[in-house]
Amino acid sequence: MIFSLLVYGAPHSHQAAESAYRFAVSALNQGHGIHRIFFYGDGVHNGSALASPPQDECDLPARWQALAEQHELDLVVCIAAAVRRGVLDANEALRYEKPAHNLRAGFELSGLGQLAEAAIQSDRLITFGA
Amino acid sequence: MTLHTLNRPPSDRALLTDCLAALLADDTLLLLEDGVYCALESLSLPTGVRCVALAADVEARGIGSRLPAGIEVVDDAGFVELCCRNDRVLSWF
Repeated sequence: MIFSLLVYGAPHSHQAAESAYRFAVSALNQGHGIHRIFFYGDGVHNGSALASPPQDECDLPARWQALAEQHELDLVVCIAAAVRRGVLDANEALRYEKPAHNLRAGFELSGLGQLAEAAIQSDRLITFGA
Repeated sequence: MTLHTLNRPPSDRALLTDCLAALLADDTLLLLEDGVYCALESLSLPTGVRCVALAADVEARGIGSRLPAGIEVVDDAGFVELCCRNDRVLSWF
């Protein structure tokens, strides 16, 4: 079965992102496919390269990146939600004349069309709300 | 057949009320995150609705021994299986 996940929660403020991560791992372990993981609203903070949680705490952005590398996952961060929260890739940093960019490797900024496409292409779209 | 997931505590009354009102026979209600506390309420579920709680969240909150009969506990793999077995998944949050 092909899943896509929609994640609304930031890693540090709500359990939604952790629940989504556990679901993704479990689905992959069962041999299911994951078409896309879409980060929306405060969920865009999962795509920050600068989040630095204490070493004895779960580093979800790093875990997403590692999982994506292992399974070639498509991690998409909503561009409109991201830029307003200060999660920028090099292009957006240039466009908005910002001094730095912080989108983590393995993630990409894109539009809501990618969410609609994921809903169409997947057997199930699972929302992890915050 | 719809899988409903609920991740908010019972103090979010309006959400719980709306969710319960949407349940139909053969649906499953999955409680996760703070939603597992709803299992401690006397939920009036329509006939034929199965109610399950996510094991890790039940354990993290220490309420395993207080769950009423009729609430099943499923692990993360069980969550995935429920998503496959139902035609659609509706998330209440």
